Amino acid sequence: MLQSRDVITFAWQALKGYRTRTILMLIAMSIGVASVLVLTSLGEGARRYVRGEFASLGTNLIIVIPGRSETSGAGLSNMMGVTPRDLTLADANALTRHPKVKQIAPLNIGGAEISWQNRKREVTVMGTSRELLSIRHWSLSRGKFLPDSDWERASPVCVIGKKIRDEIFSAHNALGQWVRIGDNRCRIIGILSSEGQSIGINVDEVVIIPVASAQALFNTPSLFRIFIEAKTRKSIPKVIQFSKDTIKARHQGEEDITVVTQDAVLATFDNILSVLTYALGGIAGISLAVAGILIMNVMLVAVSQRTAEIGLLKALGASHKGIIILILTEAMLLSAIGGIIGLAIGQLGAWGIRYAVPELPAYPPIWAAVLSFSVAIITGAIFCLLPARKASKLDPVLALAKR
Amino acid sequence: MIKLQKIHRNFQVGDQIVHALDDINLEIAQGEYVSVMGPSGSGKSTLLNLIGMLDHPSSGEYYLNDKNVTELGEVEEAQIRNKNIGFVFQAFHLVPRLSAAENIELPLMLAGIEPSIRDAKVSLALESLNLTERARHKPEQLSGGQRQRVAIARATITEPAVLLADEPTGNLDQKSGHDVMDILEALNQRGITLIMVTHDQSLGDRSARSIKMIDGRIESDNLNKIDHATVS
Ligand SMILES: Nc1ncnc2c1ncn2[C@@H]1O[C@H](COP(=O)(O)OP(=O)(O)O)[C@@H](O)[C@H]1O
Ligand SMILES: [Mg+2]
Repeated sequence: MLQSRDVITFAWQALKGYRTRTILMLIAMSIGVASVLVLTSLGEGARRYVRGEFASLGTNLIIVIPGRSETSGAGLSNMMGVTPRDLTLADANALTRHPKVKQIAPLNIGGAEISWQNRKREVTVMGTSRELLSIRHWSLSRGKFLPDSDWERASPVCVIGKKIRDEIFSAHNALGQWVRIGDNRCRIIGILSSEGQSIGINVDEVVIIPVASAQALFNTPSLFRIFIEAKTRKSIPKVIQFSKDTIKARHQGEEDITVVTQDAVLATFDNILSVLTYALGGIAGISLAVAGILIMNVMLVAVSQRTAEIGLLKALGASHKGIIILILTEAMLLSAIGGIIGLAIGQLGAWGIRYAVPELPAYPPIWAAVLSFSVAIITGAIFCLLPARKASKLDPVLALAKR
Repeated sequence: MIKLQKIHRNFQVGDQIVHALDDINLEIAQGEYVSVMGPSGSGKSTLLNLIGMLDHPSSGEYYLNDKNVTELGEVEEAQIRNKNIGFVFQAFHLVPRLSAAENIELPLMLAGIEPSIRDAKVSLALESLNLTERARHKPEQLSGGQRQRVAIARATITEPAVLLADEPTGNLDQKSGHDVMDILEALNQRGITLIMVTHDQSLGDRSARSIKMIDGRIESDNLNKIDHATVS
């Protein structure tokens, strides 16, 4: 019986012996594999990009807004003379009591004037807690965020956005300075990194103070939002229901809040873009099939070019199976090499996309690489069965009679 | 060792049937030197292919070493071709991309023999046919005589009992033709059964037994009383 090492050596020599043919088929096969990789990396890049944008808003994020949204019966409660109750810190505290709630940040918001020495400007003041930083995936360029203290406790500290730092302090060191915000004084303990817009608030132009301080500053106990981060994506519906039930119980049976989540939108986008990726992969897969058909044709030509050789192999004692193994190995070796080259070109192409469009994380998904490579080898084998069988059935007498 | 009984081989050409072999009865013993002569189209190659199991009779029986091999499976046939039969063709039929040594190695490779054993056998064969310096050469770099020597080495590398040569000198000049004949005859003297098709009467006369074919029939089957020395 033929030994596999000899078969591979024999196939390799045949590939080397017919160089032009081999190179053409390698090009066809590698283009097929590479295009699968490049196109799926585009789709995957778009998916990751969108996902990343949403993640910057916060993962597994649930937002509680005071007041019933118009679409679901606010009109009725207004007609019945019920005004929505304020959301309070006590409400926010009550919402922490669920095993699937990872963390909560209350938010109070208002406008105020910040001044330092003789400089002043209007700013958006956010009263919140330490948790907001990680819920919103913000980061600090310098200093610390709000201290981890009781929400009910005011303290004279603040964290400022980058633009405010630049405008008020320019060349001076802002950290540790005391500024006046409205009627209160506070010490700057941290400076946010630039994050651009985040749900309608320009992070660069905010001043963040402890929520209790903000309540005192604006002289109101009511919260603007409560941010909840659920532990997992799957637990989001449970947490939403828990929030509604808890607030309802605390507000004398009135469900006077609206709960929104970004996850539903994200999931839709995610699905659309995954489908897009598969579709792109499929389209590129067509070029793999084309490469397969090409290989079949070239192998058919190769078999007829090499009739004498095949007849000879039979005369020297190759069985039908032996001939099929020899031809198939040649085709599979060819598609495997083509596949490897294609993987390399594909990775290079994806890198090129990432280089040209740095915002797009265009990494080919692993399934695309595995699938396109195996499809390359399988098409190589399948499309070569016909030529290989044809070769094995060749009449050796006729084959050898040809010159 | 070779016994053909009432062998017919017909070919359908258009709506005509060609009787390439017509009732052939033939026995050849181990170690014989048989030349097959006859006009073109008389069925010489067909006979040789049949003996070599590259072709099958339309009717009749073929016994090889007292075993009826007329209707063996293709795997067994391939094995017999590999182990018991060597072919030498007029057109050499070397694989162009393989070196001389690799061409000689082919039957051993097809039999799945270990590379170390193969290498030893191949270098012996190269040596005995005076081809050692040509081992790494491709067929295109070899002369006709050298190519046919490579083909003979390949045909005999598995030490077959029968060597079938279809006009082995047909593509060679006279000098290399004689060299090749000397090699074949030397192999025969060491015991191989040599069956050779030739056009050349002077070559046919060198064999101990010569068969003459006409129109698919054996016209004559003579034992020659020949002293090799006077011919060569
Ligand atoms: N495959 C084939 N198909 C049709 N006719 C064939 C085939 N092989 C041989 N023949 C015919 O059989 C006859 C004998 O051919 P062949 O054995 O090659 O003759 P030789 O070798 O003596 O010249 C010729 O008439 C030839 O045309
Ligand atoms: Mg002939």
